[in-house]
Amino acid sequence: MPAFNTSAGSVRPAAITARGWGWRHAGRPRPAVSGLDLDIRPGERVLLLGPSGAGKSTLLHALAGVLGDSSADGADAAGGGADRAAGGSPEDSDQTGSLLIDGAPPRARRGRAGLVQQDPETQVVLSRLGDDVAFGAENLSVPPAEIWSRVAEALDDVGLGQLPLDHPTSALSGGQKQRLALAGILAMRPGLILLDEPTANLDPAGVLEVRDAVGRCLEKTGATLVVVEHRVAVWKDLVDRIVVLQPGSATDSAVLVDGPPDQVLAQARDMLTAAGVWVPGYVPVTRARGARSAGPASAAGTVAGPAGQLLLAAEDLAVSRERPRRAGLRGGFRPVPPEPVQSGITARVRAGEALTITGPNGSGKSTFALTLAGLLAPVSGKVSATLDLSAGAGIDPYRWKAQQLIARIGTVFQEPEHQFVTGRVLDELMFGPRHLGRGEERVDELLERLRLTELVDANPYTLSGGEKRRLSVATVLAAHPRVLVLDEPTFGQDANTWAELASFLSELLDDGTAVVSVTHDAEFSEVLGGTELSFRAPGHRDREQPEPGKVTAP
Amino acid sequence: MRQELTLRGNDAVLTRANPLAKFAAVMLITMVLALSIDWVSASVALAFELALLPLAGLTVGLLWHRGWPLILAAALGGWSTTILAPDSGAILFDARIWSISEGSLELGLGFMLRGLAIALPAVLLMSCTDPTDLADALAQKAKLPHRFVLGTLAAMRLVGLMAEEWQTIGMARRARGVGSHGNPLQRMRATLGQSFGLLVQAVRRASRLAVTMEARGFGGGPRTWARTSVFSGLDVWVFLGGLLIAGAAVAAALAAGTWNMVWN
Repeated sequence: MPAFNTSAGSVRPAAITARGWGWRHAGRPRPAVSGLDLDIRPGERVLLLGPSGAGKSTLLHALAGVLGDSSADGADAAGGGADRAAGGSPEDSDQTGSLLIDGAPPRARRGRAGLVQQDPETQVVLSRLGDDVAFGAENLSVPPAEIWSRVAEALDDVGLGQLPLDHPTSALSGGQKQRLALAGILAMRPGLILLDEPTANLDPAGVLEVRDAVGRCLEKTGATLVVVEHRVAVWKDLVDRIVVLQPGSATDSAVLVDGPPDQVLAQARDMLTAAGVWVPGYVPVTRARGARSAGPASAAGTVAGPAGQLLLAAEDLAVSRERPRRAGLRGGFRPVPPEPVQSGITARVRAGEALTITGPNGSGKSTFALTLAGLLAPVSGKVSATLDLSAGAGIDPYRWKAQQLIARIGTVFQEPEHQFVTGRVLDELMFGPRHLGRGEERVDELLERLRLTELVDANPYTLSGGEKRRLSVATVLAAHPRVLVLDEPTFGQDANTWAELASFLSELLDDGTAVVSVTHDAEFSEVLGGTELSFRAPGHRDREQPEPGKVTAP
Repeated sequence: MRQELTLRGNDAVLTRANPLAKFAAVMLITMVLALSIDWVSASVALAFELALLPLAGLTVGLLWHRGWPLILAAALGGWSTTILAPDSGAILFDARIWSISEGSLELGLGFMLRGLAIALPAVLLMSCTDPTDLADALAQKAKLPHRFVLGTLAAMRLVGLMAEEWQTIGMARRARGVGSHGNPLQRMRATLGQSFGLLVQAVRRASRLAVTMEARGFGGGPRTWARTSVFSGLDVWVFLGGLLIAGAAVAAALAAGTWNMVWN
């Protein structure tokens, strides 16, 4: 039975001790972490940094007590470690050394640590706000009467106290969902708060919401914090220690640098930027627009046209992801158009020019981009391709066949996995050219240009986040479209992938491809230049905004 | 796209009853109606059920909106029985093999009414029952294992998410040149590929959700319940109501002499 504090707000912060700790995931040849020696004192706030593959998430999962196969929990918990150490077959996961919270293994300290992960959708368990916050406390057998006072307090602490307890969790924004997840663990009164890139999927406003909520809760409870995040600027002022991990090796220590934030950032700045960490004040060097360089046109496989040539236009467009619904019996079964999420959009896409779409979450940016790309039907208004782009396929991109579409407009989705259609990197790249019957000879150049040559035989689903992103861009470009549409291409990417992507797109633009990107990233749109289309919040019925819809900047 | 499963805005009296009591009442009515194909018992039950709509916070319009597939299916079933059942009594309409007689009309009508009378309580139950409350009642009152009940409840939330994901994956694959055009074989292959993509995403999401739940202490051990599922006086009335409707339907059919056991 777990111990819990009954006095409101008082939490005993947890201590972490790792001695030669290592973990190898089941079925992997190399350990994710090895030789970790680390002491975190009660109440310390630690930012965990390191290149991808350094085992940061593995460490957080271990501390949260959720590492290992779920069949090994319960009765097996005591004997499991010995079994694994004795067996040592590559199919089983394997633990070395020790990792302790307050002197006991994390699995034995249920409720001492609370974890918030990256994907807001999977941080919500139940469909009503109050029930979701209560869930963890119920599992720790907190008496029901006390649960509700904890729920109210936790919701207040994360700034969601103004919402009713039966508010539907599906109606929350991404930032609100992450704060709800934080409230859910606060109601468990944990001595250790673990955050695994909690703001990677959020817009800038959401990032600050979550960061500030975490700050308030730490002030109040004094709990120990371990946060993994590669945007250092967000967390730098909140933490009092930075630990940099390096990928596991048999000989070296897992901890590369350890110390106060300013000292670590000064000492290890070059190493961190080289590893792709977003160090404050550092904008990666990217290729400038208009700089002449050799050969990119052939690598990208674009059919260069005169810059500024009009390719695609949106006129008075209204967009929605919903399909038209049929009116009922009384409506005579006519199609009823869905309520548009954004309307009155006018835009021009020109060869060699960038169009950036910005605005708060929920304002219909992605929906507009997908409509422009011929993937969604407009609610009203129209998208029309000029003769230069359509080349005989007709004026309306939505009516093009899939193969006509990919040779004209390429779309890179926010989640690369959505676009994988084969089981091998090379097949993935060859897929478009094979179907079109041309362009296979350019695949090698794309592989090289986007550093995928080493990975040709890998399964796309097993790549790292940055590799998946580069692959998804390469696969779409393999069909050499003249318009490239990207949905949040820089979300959650490290500084290295970011710089590569920005430089590559800048080359494509100079070679005459039109690049349309939905982004929150001001530095990214600055590299690409061009026109910005800024959407307002979805305020159809907001009286202060009688003119909903678009604002066209410079 | 995503269906709201909460009952916000519905404060009808039946929303306050315990889900298990409502479930028991629905089972009583359904079982009695399953015993006999006759139009008297079905129409008596149906009349009672329609009178109960306001108690569940439903209007006829809302009922049609949520239950139209069931209503259409019942009507269609009735119609096909009417034209295909063996004729008896006076012939009312004849077009060779399709004929309508008094006997077949009666049978068809009974069939349709019975379908409606069985389907309606289920629609009623779902309209005035929050899935979370149902889960609470199943775990606390019916003593089903909470690991199973709460796991299912959490998974249901993902189903709505998967509907959105299906649309996104469809678009993402079109952007890769996988069209839904072509001959049936090509279409089937495209749908299979899309299903695989959805399966991968469903597994990813489910395992992340499982980590979330486990990290919040969810497991097989004992737990407390913030929402206590209770039976109240209202539940007695709900159960008696179910008993009354079932009893009235049987009594009316016996009195009218139309009671007709399905196995006879």
